[in-house]
Amino acid sequence: MRSSLRVRVFSAAVTLALALVLLDGLWHFFSWAIVHAIWSVPRGADGAPDTDLCRAAIGRGACWAVIGEKFRFILFGFYPHALQWRSAIVVALFVLLFALSLNPRFWRPALVAVWLAVLALVAVLMWGGVFGLEFVAADQWGGLPITLILATFGLALSFPLAILVALGRRASGLPVIRWIAVAYVELIRGVPLISLLFMASVMLPLFLPEGIDINKLLRAQLAFILFAGAYLAEVVRAGLQALPRGQQEAAAALGLSYWQATRLVVLPQALRHVIPMLVNTFIGFFKDTSLVLIIGIFDLMTTGRTATLEPRWQGFGNEVYLLLAAIYFAFCFAMARISRLLERRLNEPHLPIVEPA
Amino acid sequence: MAVAALRPRALLWQALALGVVAGVIAVFSINASHHLAARHIATGFGFLSAAAPIPIGESLITYTPSVSTYGRALLIGVLNTLKVAIPGCLLATLLGTLIGIARLSPIALLARLAALYVELLRDLPLLLQLLFWYGVFQTLPAPRQAMRPLPGVFLSNRGLRVPDLVWQPGFTGVALALLGGIGLSFFLARRTALAPGLAVRLGAFLPVLLLPAATLALYRPAFRVDWPALHGFNFQGGASLSPEYAALLTGLVLYTTSYVAEIVRGGLAAVARGQWEAGAALGLPRGAVLRLVVLPQALRLIIPPLTSQYLNLVKNSSLAVAIGYQDLVSIADTTLNQTGQAIEGVALIMAVYLSISLTISLAMNFYNARLARQAG
Repeated sequence: MRSSLRVRVFSAAVTLALALVLLDGLWHFFSWAIVHAIWSVPRGADGAPDTDLCRAAIGRGACWAVIGEKFRFILFGFYPHALQWRSAIVVALFVLLFALSLNPRFWRPALVAVWLAVLALVAVLMWGGVFGLEFVAADQWGGLPITLILATFGLALSFPLAILVALGRRASGLPVIRWIAVAYVELIRGVPLISLLFMASVMLPLFLPEGIDINKLLRAQLAFILFAGAYLAEVVRAGLQALPRGQQEAAAALGLSYWQATRLVVLPQALRHVIPMLVNTFIGFFKDTSLVLIIGIFDLMTTGRTATLEPRWQGFGNEVYLLLAAIYFAFCFAMARISRLLERRLNEPHLPIVEPA
Repeated sequence: MAVAALRPRALLWQALALGVVAGVIAVFSINASHHLAARHIATGFGFLSAAAPIPIGESLITYTPSVSTYGRALLIGVLNTLKVAIPGCLLATLLGTLIGIARLSPIALLARLAALYVELLRDLPLLLQLLFWYGVFQTLPAPRQAMRPLPGVFLSNRGLRVPDLVWQPGFTGVALALLGGIGLSFFLARRTALAPGLAVRLGAFLPVLLLPAATLALYRPAFRVDWPALHGFNFQGGASLSPEYAALLTGLVLYTTSYVAEIVRGGLAAVARGQWEAGAALGLPRGAVLRLVVLPQALRLIIPPLTSQYLNLVKNSSLAVAIGYQDLVSIADTTLNQTGQAIEGVALIMAVYLSISLTISLAMNFYNARLARQAG
């Protein structure tokens, strides 16, 4: 609009000041991360890396040698070294699955089958014990696959629960079911995730009959499903609310039963509408999996933290945290971008109407 | 609706749902009582009045390990949670508003930097950010080489030490007068916002200064400052913030700020440009348009999501346990490990957070309803 000379001088001054601060910061980072960085360290007589070179550079240059030494451990944890290709395939499978699911061209019922197949394949690859694959117990799993498993299985397995709860919350003739649904959602959303993880790790064993001992990872996964179910139920509810009442009534007029109408008319439209919101919620789950550090499960965050605690490599936490940040950021940023694109696409006026399932 | 609830099929479904929930609870409690009896673990909240051998680093109330009770230790946990949550919400609102406005700034570089901040901080797990800040506060120099950004202020790996004003009875009156002054000014400012003279508009803010000054003159409390000083390897005197607290507060505020900024930006952007222009056409100065026309409309969009961010901040403060700040979760975790009473411990954590969540929800709903009434 009107930009007087005074305003223009002011913006120029602010821009200049910001640019100077930014350049100074970038220069310091460049000097630390590239110019004075130590890329590898020599090995001592016993074959162990000698980190004196890095210690001398502390505060001046980054020690990327710690990444070179530790990155297999950070990515895959205590999974047997010779079998880590299986973990790598699992990560690749998840990335493929995400890419596929975020493309509207593949939004059809067959996608559910693809999800089930991929999740089964992940279980086979991680556990082994069949098809000549060596068995690997769940307490040896670690790193990025754990992070992806917790978030993805959490999403997939809590989804049916979330749909039931969301429908239950809107069931007008069934007050008891509505109360149960409301109590579940409000209780889970009112307490921190940590308390659910504590519940899974210390309380659940007390609740189960003698002799049944569920693995710690599985218990954390259960907590995640319970947690994700409540948040997803709210997302699904938003989709149901956005749908005009006429849809349900039209389906009823055609003689469809409640479940037929829900399955064929209501859900396909409601869910399509909330996919961007669903992706954002999933990004939240993906970040929240890091909390399992507190109950001692070796996800990406825990392996990274463990790597920084080894006496020889102590003091190089920032380098490891930068690697973790880069991995988390790559996943979250990509998904956030796609979610925003989808949002824009879905809000376009000439949305092609998809045929119901 | 009541009739539908009595239809046989509806009744059957509801009875089934209730039966499943009741059945799961029954099986769980039978198993739990069996396990607890086998392991000779007491049940109930009797442990709250037993002496707690938990060492607690920072506390707002007095506490002696092995003398004070578990109940008191847990109360300290609640207070420590509030001690980080309340300033956290205030700071995140302040910083988030600034960055949200910066994102709409006509200065391109400023808007870009604000966008970069939001994008970066939102896409990294909070726990990672907390571990990073904890590392930063730990690598500060030792007390002997402490940084002294201001005279009497020491920043070291033991945390932040600042001079402390020794509390006199008269100060409570001054603080109350300040609160009253702010309230009165708020009231007057709303009345005089459209007054023609600048002097009148500024005059509305006088009570903020006058009321505390008058109280001060009335009571004349003595000002005594407790200066921190280096004694041996650590500081004595003054008030201190532990590195754990500082890391938790910094991490929580910077993380939540990125969400608040988006909410503020969205709220301001949603108010149509025409509103600004209409206000200007009425001859209102820019500040008055923002305060009287744009903000009231934006706030209605901002308050509900902002409330859930406050709730998130309170819940996220439980990550304190990962960096060793003794909040409620951390102390309850120690308690349940020492007493073995896992069910009671987790139930306590959940009950406290649920009450905090409910209180914030109610307060914000009340405020929101008032706003909606004013606007409507």
